[in-house]
Amino acid sequence: MVATFEPKSEYKVIGTRPIRHDGLDKVTGRAIYGADIKLPSMIWGAILRSPHAHARIKSIDTSAAEAMDGVHAVVTNADLPQAGDKMVDLGEGVTNLKWAVDNILASDKALYAGHAVAGVAAVDRYTAEEAARAIKVEYEVLRSATNVDDTIDPDMPAILEEFVGSPGAEESGHANHVKEFTHEFGDPDAALAEADHVIEGEFSLEMVHQGYIEPHNATAVWDEDGRLKIWTSTQGAFTVRQQVAAVMQMDESKIRVTPLEIGGGFGGKIPIYLEPVAAALSKKAGNVPVKIIMERRSVFEGSGPAAGGKITLKLGATKDGKIVAADSVLRMEAGGYPGSLVGASGMCIYACYNIPNMRIVGYDVLVNKPKVAAYRAPGSPQVAFAIETLVDDLCEQAGFDKWQFRRDNAAKEGTRRGDGPIFPRIGMEEVLDAAKETDHWNSDIGEASPGRVRGRGFASGYWFNVGLQSSVNLSLNNDGTVELVEGSTDIGGTRASIAMQAAETLGISAEDVNPTVVDTDTVGFTAVTGGSRVTYATGYAAYNASIEMIDKLKVRASRLWSIDEEDVQFEDGVFSSKSDSELSIGFKDLAGKLDDTGGPVTSTGSVDLEAAGGAYGTHICDLEVDPETGKTDVVRYTIVQDAGRAIHPSYVEGQMQGGAAQGIGWALNEEYYMSDDGVMSNSSYLDYRMPTSLDLPNIETVIVEVPNPVHPYGVRGVGEVPIVPPVPAVGNALKNAIGIRLRETPMNAGRIVAALDS
Amino acid sequence: MTTQITPGPARVHVRTTINGNPHEFLVPPYMSLLDTLREIVGLTGTKEGCLDGNCGACTVSLDGRIVDSCLVLGAEIDGKSVETVEGMATPEGLHPLQQAFLEEAALQCGICTPGFLVAAKGLLDNEPAPDEHRIRHWLAGNLCRCTGYDKIVRAVQKASAEMS
Repeated sequence: MVATFEPKSEYKVIGTRPIRHDGLDKVTGRAIYGADIKLPSMIWGAILRSPHAHARIKSIDTSAAEAMDGVHAVVTNADLPQAGDKMVDLGEGVTNLKWAVDNILASDKALYAGHAVAGVAAVDRYTAEEAARAIKVEYEVLRSATNVDDTIDPDMPAILEEFVGSPGAEESGHANHVKEFTHEFGDPDAALAEADHVIEGEFSLEMVHQGYIEPHNATAVWDEDGRLKIWTSTQGAFTVRQQVAAVMQMDESKIRVTPLEIGGGFGGKIPIYLEPVAAALSKKAGNVPVKIIMERRSVFEGSGPAAGGKITLKLGATKDGKIVAADSVLRMEAGGYPGSLVGASGMCIYACYNIPNMRIVGYDVLVNKPKVAAYRAPGSPQVAFAIETLVDDLCEQAGFDKWQFRRDNAAKEGTRRGDGPIFPRIGMEEVLDAAKETDHWNSDIGEASPGRVRGRGFASGYWFNVGLQSSVNLSLNNDGTVELVEGSTDIGGTRASIAMQAAETLGISAEDVNPTVVDTDTVGFTAVTGGSRVTYATGYAAYNASIEMIDKLKVRASRLWSIDEEDVQFEDGVFSSKSDSELSIGFKDLAGKLDDTGGPVTSTGSVDLEAAGGAYGTHICDLEVDPETGKTDVVRYTIVQDAGRAIHPSYVEGQMQGGAAQGIGWALNEEYYMSDDGVMSNSSYLDYRMPTSLDLPNIETVIVEVPNPVHPYGVRGVGEVPIVPPVPAVGNALKNAIGIRLRETPMNAGRIVAALDS
Repeated sequence: MTTQITPGPARVHVRTTINGNPHEFLVPPYMSLLDTLREIVGLTGTKEGCLDGNCGACTVSLDGRIVDSCLVLGAEIDGKSVETVEGMATPEGLHPLQQAFLEEAALQCGICTPGFLVAAKGLLDNEPAPDEHRIRHWLAGNLCRCTGYDKIVRAVQKASAEMS
């Protein structure tokens, strides 16, 4: 039974904008990020990577590297525990352990250019890199598949032999093209045949990268008793522990992972890459700490981008503007190992609308590119591009108002999501209504610069959010401040949003709660900082811990007053007697009397949340295009999003603005640009061009609050939704500006000029 | 750097001023200023993002000029003066830019923040009242992937207003 809560309208701490607790460390340079760790006797590691997209590894000769001055150890896949054929749960579903190990260091084959092949530890980083270059690898280069179409070629070699003849591959006819699911409801074929208006489109997207500014890093050291200590920048210390334990085939309890500050993740710092290599090097080098920092090029080529792919979609509507059917095929690129997250795409594609007859077919497509990782609402921006583009085109074709059509078909409580679940209370209608009330919506688009044209578009998006497990410990100081210990690494101000929920519950100020993120030995299990779950789930754990602390303090008050503990109540930060109005004491004053009433007060809270409550956003984009050059500038941008309840509105706005900026980059510029032989040609920030401050306007935000009934303070996750609408919103604005529909990302200058020329 | 002898050519002797303090050390001739600050001097507030001058996370001020410290050699700062994020606050308190970044929530993960602060200080030291476009143009060499820049630009505007 899921607990539900009635929303309150007035709070003392929630909804305010205190300075974040970790702010001082981060503006003074004192904060310790993964790369900043220094340990006694520490040496440095470096990784050798495959230059080939698809190649059999015939031999690896490490002798020259091992002979170099200053080199302490060299490791290859042979130095990792051999996986055998075993399925393991690494926190993101069950996978073959061999694939997980081989993605850390390749064994028989390199499956993408950038695939790690060997690791070196040396006295310093420069020496380690030099030694890595001295390792000689003999490759037999194989044909490589770069995109979805390549994998349909019957002569293309199978990337993973395991899929040859598998049921999912047999259905598609190729081992690299594995069918994952069909979701079907109603009779989509009949409904499409009878629909008054039918529209169809094929959409193609290139892989993109999360682009976090801090490269991956890991430092590891073994103790002589077989315990492994790891310091790293990660979205989940416990997730790292779980993955390292699987790869190293050891007990989780023998591993301590200390999460240092993390310089961005967006999903990309959930998988492990360097930790087992650093651990294997540490062991071989004689139990000294080994630190590895991934260089930027390898972050692009060797860590997990977001899936590109091909999507076909067909929509049918009645003449009075009701969607009657949708039919889609999603072919999403997984990279060299399975895991495109096409399942999430299937959950999101129809989630904005009430569609009575529908089908979704999902394929996981193996290509010789790095293994895909989560990227902020993984799988949703791609399918939003398809459906929000086609909804716009359908409206133009049939003469429907684009806003009214969306509003008339909007998903609401009771609507069935494409993959089956029935929506609880959601805010899609409220978000659309609020979008129509914004200043942006009601303002003229303005004059374009001479020779340029302007256009406006809008689009909506959905992310389901997750709950999962979190733990929080509280201890009360005798001055009435509270130490809060949590396991959720803080990427965007969540120490503040969790501390604020504890403070609200305890009736004290945000500044009176001191949050600390700790290692895996020091707090209960806490799942990743991902799925927009931290403020929701770890905040819920903080609420539970705070309720337990209040209950314990009621007992202390009863002892102080020699009354029955049932007679003590707590409201607005004050304990009082229900029967004797003379007896009352504030939270802080009672904290000063712990010594007299039984000693220290500590409490814990933990949650395992099935339900999360999905969230919606609608974005409005004005842009200006130079038809000569194709250069496109976003000139005005507004985000409307349901946050359930904004705990710290500044950081809610920050999530919205940051997600939109990434989405705008995805729409206009960003892509894995692959050479014919499958090597990424633009693996630097110079060539993989993310938006700069000069590329964006101020981004306006409107926070809609439709409280989430399954959270004590009504919180809905906010981190991921904002990357979903930008790609179609930009595409719809481009169509409005230049009159041409682009169905491929990025919609960059070259594509715009080519479209205008044809 | 550990105290173990590292391979390579002879070290270069450097005397320099960092955040107003005199420093003297030996540095390998190939070592970047970024690594020199982080590994030899011990100032890890300056961050590595790309090592090719495209992200600005390692921005420092060298004799008053904003540079990417990954593109400068440690040996080049001999006789010069370097300012890093660690030198911005004084015993009297935070620099107005640091305070404005906190108040305006202009950081999320914080990895780009030292570079932005040093770069923005470089702007305001010479142009106390830049307009929004000038701020966006000046900061275009610093990448932030979390904020969408909105709150960073507002923080610089706020600090500018308070300093003038």
